[in-house]
Amino acid sequence: MATTARPDTFYDVMRRQGVTRRSFLKFCGLTASALALGPEFIGTIAHAMETKPRTPVLWLHGLECTCCSESFIRSAHPLAKDVVLSMLSLDYDDTLMAAAGFQAEAMLEDTMQKYKGRYILAVEGNPPLNEDGMFCIVGGKPFVERLRYAAKDAAAVIAWGSCASNGCVQAARPNPTQATPIHKVITDKPIIKVPGCPPIAEVMTGVVTYMLAFDKIPELDAQGRPKMFYGQRIHDKCYRRPHFDAGQFVEQWDDEAARKGYCLYKVGCKGPTTYNACSTVRWNNGVSFPIQSGHGCIGCSEENFWDKGSFYDRVTELNTFGVEANADKVGLVAAGAVGAGIAAHAAISIAKKKDHEKETQE
Amino acid sequence: MASIETFDRPVYVYEKPVRLWHWINALAIVVLAVTGYLIAWPPVVTAGEASDHYLMGYVRFVHFSAGYVLAVGLIGRAYWALVGNRYARELFAPRLHDVHWWQALLHEVRWYLFLVEEPGKHAGHNPLAGLAMFLFYVLGSLFMITTGFALYGEGLGAGSWAANAFGWVLPALGGSQQVHSLHHLGMWYLVIFTLIHVYVAVREQHLSRQSVTTTMIDGWRVWKDDRP
Repeated sequence: MATTARPDTFYDVMRRQGVTRRSFLKFCGLTASALALGPEFIGTIAHAMETKPRTPVLWLHGLECTCCSESFIRSAHPLAKDVVLSMLSLDYDDTLMAAAGFQAEAMLEDTMQKYKGRYILAVEGNPPLNEDGMFCIVGGKPFVERLRYAAKDAAAVIAWGSCASNGCVQAARPNPTQATPIHKVITDKPIIKVPGCPPIAEVMTGVVTYMLAFDKIPELDAQGRPKMFYGQRIHDKCYRRPHFDAGQFVEQWDDEAARKGYCLYKVGCKGPTTYNACSTVRWNNGVSFPIQSGHGCIGCSEENFWDKGSFYDRVTELNTFGVEANADKVGLVAAGAVGAGIAAHAAISIAKKKDHEKETQE
Repeated sequence: MASIETFDRPVYVYEKPVRLWHWINALAIVVLAVTGYLIAWPPVVTAGEASDHYLMGYVRFVHFSAGYVLAVGLIGRAYWALVGNRYARELFAPRLHDVHWWQALLHEVRWYLFLVEEPGKHAGHNPLAGLAMFLFYVLGSLFMITTGFALYGEGLGAGSWAANAFGWVLPALGGSQQVHSLHHLGMWYLVIFTLIHVYVAVREQHLSRQSVTTTMIDGWRVWKDDRP
């Protein structure tokens, strides 16, 4: 590849793989609409694809379960195959690449040197910091060292999934390995958080496509998430929302309301507190998403979702003091205690007043 | 600050705007607590199509409207603290730097512990009441307004005034779900305040040396004896 006078563009590679010009333009159109861009951006995307050299992506894995990768390779649109093999040059991904051992490590070095300051670093999972990072060793070194090393010359960093973005399950209390989201380790690079456990495949490929086509990171919200996918709650676009507004709720998993597909709010659906695109993009090529299959959202793209009480309670438990109680139990006990105090105080006050009156009469 | 207070003739303490605010506010809090509780534990409609009902929608509408009343009321009350009489400022500014104020506060505490025979006389709030009002009501309602509009902004959507002004609250307090829980706890904080407030006001009306509940109705502080 490096031997040609001009570096390969995305378009070159796609054409070489037998993609027709017509299919290429269709892809540009579909991508523009997936990113919620207007029709005029189809030309922009096509032009970028035709003229830009492929952007290399290094994909590192820390403490994680690989569900992000599993999701990514199931992307239906644009097909992950296209993204991985044609559009972006995924130079290093230890679970997807054919190479192994020294050969694989050499590719990491090679890309880092050749594309210094231009490659995108995608991180799946997070580094545990306890015991000098010894809880996660990759290629013979603590993952935290490799992460810092690879991030040094990256143009931008993508935090795949809740692990990289928020810490996820391995950072749940008491977090013995001190698993730490990457924005607390890499502080000098732009970080795009793509939370979810895993994130939606189309959201992942959409974010990558946007960065490749426009050479900039997508617009982020205050927490560093792309606004186009994390700007609304599941609840805002949920197809069961009319049942919520009507007051039609499932109360038992086997009740009539559950069969009719009413709102899962009362059985703990976290849609109203979760920012993600599940209710619009859905999963598995738009087939379904948790609420559509009859189970509430568990809020997997929200920070510390694992430590926020049961998935099945509306008013969730507060484990502040290690005692399980929700806001109402706490409130009722406190109000009851105060009420009893008031009653006792009132009784004494009245008794004292009567005494006083008796004394003055005498 | 220790100006000479006269205890031999009635004092006009609560001006009309303050009294009006108090009762509108009381109503708003009752409405907010009831609808807020119903939002957390909603009543269920079973029959018919979703389009036939709008129960949750109405409950939320009433909650949000009452929330606006509470917030606008607090702004109006703060304005009146600037332009109203001297007693209008007490709610927002407990005189923590004043030794006499602390002594009087201690006296009120002792009165409530049945350790002294008589409470002091105060044209405005007695120091204990003023401090409680500030800690419970002012801080409590500020917290509820802040968290409330942060949650309200989620529904209005990104870019709305509420999301722009209060959106920062959500990540700062640990996310939307956490803020829901804290907002719910805040309701109980104000419920407890209300319990104590009503009890104390009625008790003072009957047992203290001055009018209390009637003052919030006609504005006049009436003394029951002539002693200082």
